[in-house]
Amino acid sequence: MSQPSWFNRLSICAGLAFLYLPIVVLVVYSFNASRLVTVWGGFSTQWYTAAISNQSIVEGAKISFLVAAISATFATVLGSLAAIVAVRVRRFRGHHIFNGMLVAPMVMPEVVMGVSMLLMFVTLGIDRGPVTITLAHATFTMCFAAVVMQSRLVELDPSLEEAARDLGCPPFLAFMKVAVPNMAPAFVSAWLLSFTLSLDDLVISSFTTGPGASTLPMKIYSQIKFGVTPEVNAISTIILGVVVFGLVASRIVSTPSAKSSLAV
Amino acid sequence: MMQSKPDLGRRALVFVPYGWLAVFFLMPFLLVLAISLSSVRLGMPPYEPLYAWQGSLLSIRLNLENFIFVLGENTYLLAYLTSLKVAAISTALMLAIAYPLAYGIASCSPRSRSFLIFLVIVPFWSSMLIRVYAWMSILRNDGLLNSLLLNLGVISEPLRIMNTETAIYIGIVYTYLPFMVLPIYANLSASDRTLIEAARDLGCSRLSAFWRVTFPLSLRGVAAGSALVFIPVIGEFVVPDLLGGADTQMIGRTIWIEFFNNRDWPVASAVTVLLLVILVIPIVLFQTRLSRTSK
Repeated sequence: MSQPSWFNRLSICAGLAFLYLPIVVLVVYSFNASRLVTVWGGFSTQWYTAAISNQSIVEGAKISFLVAAISATFATVLGSLAAIVAVRVRRFRGHHIFNGMLVAPMVMPEVVMGVSMLLMFVTLGIDRGPVTITLAHATFTMCFAAVVMQSRLVELDPSLEEAARDLGCPPFLAFMKVAVPNMAPAFVSAWLLSFTLSLDDLVISSFTTGPGASTLPMKIYSQIKFGVTPEVNAISTIILGVVVFGLVASRIVSTPSAKSSLAV
Repeated sequence: MMQSKPDLGRRALVFVPYGWLAVFFLMPFLLVLAISLSSVRLGMPPYEPLYAWQGSLLSIRLNLENFIFVLGENTYLLAYLTSLKVAAISTALMLAIAYPLAYGIASCSPRSRSFLIFLVIVPFWSSMLIRVYAWMSILRNDGLLNSLLLNLGVISEPLRIMNTETAIYIGIVYTYLPFMVLPIYANLSASDRTLIEAARDLGCSRLSAFWRVTFPLSLRGVAAGSALVFIPVIGEFVVPDLLGGADTQMIGRTIWIEFFNNRDWPVASAVTVLLLVILVIPIVLFQTRLSRTSK
């Protein structure tokens, strides 16, 4: 059965074509000299020049990258702790609620998350801006980070740590010296996943931001709300390039555990 | 004596992520519930406090008017039903596309498997907004699809897809597809091939071996994938907002408009609470199933 049948080949090709065709169209037309999507006016990089020199877009990108980097770091630390609690501690008072809170944000509609965070920040009288966006992003991405860490923790061979303890290592030190280095590729995956999820987010950012702080997706959203512009194609292609580069890099870094760490 | 120190460390370990989720995830929901029982006022925050101290008298006012208003208004009811319908139909469509794709990938050699599944994951990592935007330029009346079909002579007038329910289905199926493929693939690739071989040896045809052995065994993956798309799609905002028209109002967009355009936070909170009531059953089912599989 190692040779896939024609039906399997067809469904793979059709499925991947469906996933990639729109992206290919987007990338190709970002190099179109014409403003119209239906007319090919020759190769041009003018929309890239326009995008890079657009001050508002650059400003949004800066905020987005900063928010994504900080929130991803928080999310990786919190997600790892949560994964350790879920896999190693397991039973404690309120563990049902804990497990529920760890899973729910992944399926919770973004609008609901956004609304509830907005109301909390307003009620507590916290000024909304990049800081509140970062806190909100750290919260919803930590659950994805926890899934990545959990699947790695479950895979770890417990006999390694046992050996360290038998040799006189205290449990905490055994964990730090044996388990943590073995989890290194998963830390990278978890951080990258949190980073891209944060970079992507429109809805939660829109609810938790204040006046003046617009992230890149918010800027893109307000542009495309009024129609298709080739400039957005160029920005999108740059973002896609960054994401694909990061993914390929992380795949090379963490090949042994790529399967488990990327599967949701 | 020996027990107390690791116990303290254990507590601290549990406390940090637990506390964070309690403050930033659980508490906000309680606030939504509280504000849904308030009434609108001018100023910031734009709602009345629920309680007041008058001397030594604590008065608590719980206003059910928002819920009565939302439940009595047809537009909200229609938005809930539309959201459920769109989520159900797009889950079925995704299943029809994702299952053959996952099955096809699972039937490949391990080497090409991991590469193909990587190809499925790449779009999931890249921006959803950008992927929806990609469809805008394809589906518009003067977009790529229409100009292609017009030039080929298949149609004489541009198809109106943009701003219709069809566009919403295309957008949702497209953006959520990887979430459906991955759990089904994970399930199929872990399934025991010898069972199918046994069925074949006992005289089952290829097709009936699939329907009697492979498919029933993969239902777990199907359920996980369906939950992973069905629940968030009910509250989806970006796709219906950018691709859909005014005639298809989904609840996520209703909440957005209520908050940003109408600025009636108590009513918006009531709409959100009712959405949560709808979501609670599938979420609990999903969570218990997930914790069962992880054991």
